[in-house]
Amino acid sequence: MKRILLGNEAIARGLLENGCSFAASYPGTPASEILSTFLQMAKAENSPAIGEWSINEKVAFETALAVSYAGGRSAVSMKQVGLNVACDPLMSSAYTGVKGGFLVISADDPGPHSSQTEQDSRMMAMMAKIPALDPSTPQEAKEMIGAAYQISEEFEIPVMVRPTTRVCHSRQGILLGEIPSPVLPSGFPKDPQRWAATPRYRFTLHLKLNQKIEAITEKYGKGSFLRVLGNKSARQCIISSGVALAHTYDLIKELNLENQIALYQVKMPYPLRAKAILDEISPFQDILIIEETYPVIEMQLAMRNRIKGRMDGSIPPQGELVPDVLLESIRTFAQIPGEKKPLPSGKPRRPTLCPGCPHRAAFYALRQALPDGIYPSDIGCYTLGLNLGAVDTVLCMGAGISQAAGLYHAFRIKGEIPPIAATIGDSTFYHAGVPALINAVHNGARFVLLILDNSTTAMTGDQPTPALERLADGRQGKAVAIEDLVHASGVQNIKVIDPYELEEMTKAIKEAHEATRSENGGVSVIIARHPCLMSPGASKKQKVYCMEVTGDCVACEICFRDFECPAIGPDPQSGMAKIDQNICSGCGVCAQVCPQEAIKTKGSEGTRIQGAL
Amino acid sequence: MKMQMAITGRGGQGVLFLTRILTECALDLGQEVIASETHGMAMRGGSVISTLKVGPFRGPLIGSGQADLMLVLDEGSMETFFHLLSKDGALFLNSPSSGSHPFIDATGLAAGIGSPLMANLVLLGFTLQHNKLFCDYPLTESVTGRISPERFREANLKALKLGYSFPSSQRPG
Repeated sequence: MKRILLGNEAIARGLLENGCSFAASYPGTPASEILSTFLQMAKAENSPAIGEWSINEKVAFETALAVSYAGGRSAVSMKQVGLNVACDPLMSSAYTGVKGGFLVISADDPGPHSSQTEQDSRMMAMMAKIPALDPSTPQEAKEMIGAAYQISEEFEIPVMVRPTTRVCHSRQGILLGEIPSPVLPSGFPKDPQRWAATPRYRFTLHLKLNQKIEAITEKYGKGSFLRVLGNKSARQCIISSGVALAHTYDLIKELNLENQIALYQVKMPYPLRAKAILDEISPFQDILIIEETYPVIEMQLAMRNRIKGRMDGSIPPQGELVPDVLLESIRTFAQIPGEKKPLPSGKPRRPTLCPGCPHRAAFYALRQALPDGIYPSDIGCYTLGLNLGAVDTVLCMGAGISQAAGLYHAFRIKGEIPPIAATIGDSTFYHAGVPALINAVHNGARFVLLILDNSTTAMTGDQPTPALERLADGRQGKAVAIEDLVHASGVQNIKVIDPYELEEMTKAIKEAHEATRSENGGVSVIIARHPCLMSPGASKKQKVYCMEVTGDCVACEICFRDFECPAIGPDPQSGMAKIDQNICSGCGVCAQVCPQEAIKTKGSEGTRIQGAL
Repeated sequence: MKMQMAITGRGGQGVLFLTRILTECALDLGQEVIASETHGMAMRGGSVISTLKVGPFRGPLIGSGQADLMLVLDEGSMETFFHLLSKDGALFLNSPSSGSHPFIDATGLAAGIGSPLMANLVLLGFTLQHNKLFCDYPLTESVTGRISPERFREANLKALKLGYSFPSSQRPG
């Protein structure tokens, strides 16, 4: 039977069909749906398989790895930059190896569409010396889960499955198989020379790892290299993997190049059985390698003078290999004349914080309170505070706090310290903000920290945070409060405020800043707490106002330029503010923003009622 | 059967739901189908696009000038993706007025029956009226009913029908 599934759902299904007993993850586009689907499907099938949203990718990796040490089949999934966070256990686990099959599903984001880098997880697999499988479609991703578990258990090695955005977020009819009982943990075999190896034994483990990789190359290298297109007459060849292979396949067919070009797929880009591949491709006149995003296959095929690809610029060395880009490269390679293609003529609409988003109110208050401040920020929906001029840096998870501290120390040396106010979301604070905060406090940094607490991981689709008792698999967990963590980090000055109360929020930020500069000042924390309106049920719990713009509007544009509410725009005729009632959330914050008091609650003189939560 | 199409709009307008309906329709017809969706930050009100390929395709994306059909929920995102439409392609637009393409005020009509968020289904219904899709109205209606969440089912079907039965005299030639 076939069912339409998203690539990530197909991967989750593949995990269940192959006996995965435990999956862990931290949400991140394009990988987020893997874990939530795994748990939903397990529940629907009455499977004893379990899983968790971990606090970050390192913790997810280590937790799932331990299940494998105990003999259970397990998996960890994350986006590619999440693998950076989990890099430490990744490198070490390649040496210790595994017992139950253990998969590292790291989703890359060529483009990038929703990430800070275009890095290639296959290269991380190569650095760790673990096999990497590279699916080209959702169906293939599901099939590769089985193959990956087989290699993992046969050689007791972690195996990476590396989908990209266009596999994760593609929808396809997927052939469903049976869901067997999961491979449950059988017991922990004590073996300190392996699981707790000291450097002396690490050398032995490295030796064994090299032998494993060699054996995997020997056994699986040939089968993972296959010809998928091209007639006998073909004089040129293209080697490709991942979704770039799928698009190249479509283009060769569209251009009728099967007599000229043979297309090969590499299903396992690392380790590559280079000798066998070189023997196969050497007779071709020209060879082109098409892969995302780094030249992983290309680097392993050391025949630099004959092979074209990302390293000689035949394929652009950055960016997603979308059909238009590939068409140009393939035409040049095949020496067929191109025709001018139409190009995009308009700019895409930029994303914005949603109407009624509590972050907008917090950012607006920040700009009002500390207009000359420096604003280090972080990763999440609130990165869109950029649109309000309230985000100056976004580096990686948790860096907003460390960078605020670094900036403070930089200016301390200089002697003049501007106001510094960092922002971080609640989920990001748990993920990587806590050590940064302890460090900042301990080392005497002074800045304001706004923890934008909307009680969810909003950007990636409302995954629960440790502040909630609801766990991903429906069990009751133990809530860990942000206030307690902040307090335990040594912060004396803590306030919790609803950012919808704009005046109070602005005043609190000013006071928090002054406190950082007082004699015993340090880090002042404000927890700006208001639920994300996208969370189910959240908008029903707050008062909804019907807003209108009165004739007092002087077209100053503050409500839609500075406050940047997408539900407000200029009336094309008068230039006065006009509210789009179709998308207005009725939060009422704009009434507090308008300096003319021209935005009012319809039918009354009312302003927002305090304590609407 | 081979058809390539694009559905565009702003994040939150229901592009993903239309993509789901149409991929399910293709599966019901026994056709191969692959579709690409936009998830992540762009879903926060930015321009989003789904591409959908019915037939023996492997990759989910479409190149410039390759779309046989486009559904545009947000006029402001049209320019960004218009280059995908083929010379003979058809475009159906959610707009109160337009020059060169069949259009329907899907947002206004949907608001009129209860929720502007159902503009996506009004536009899909309107498109079905023109017989340019790989699937017909009865199949699309049954799939929409099947995959709609219980509490939206009735309203979704009403919106689809509203677009489908939109008086043809209001369409441009």
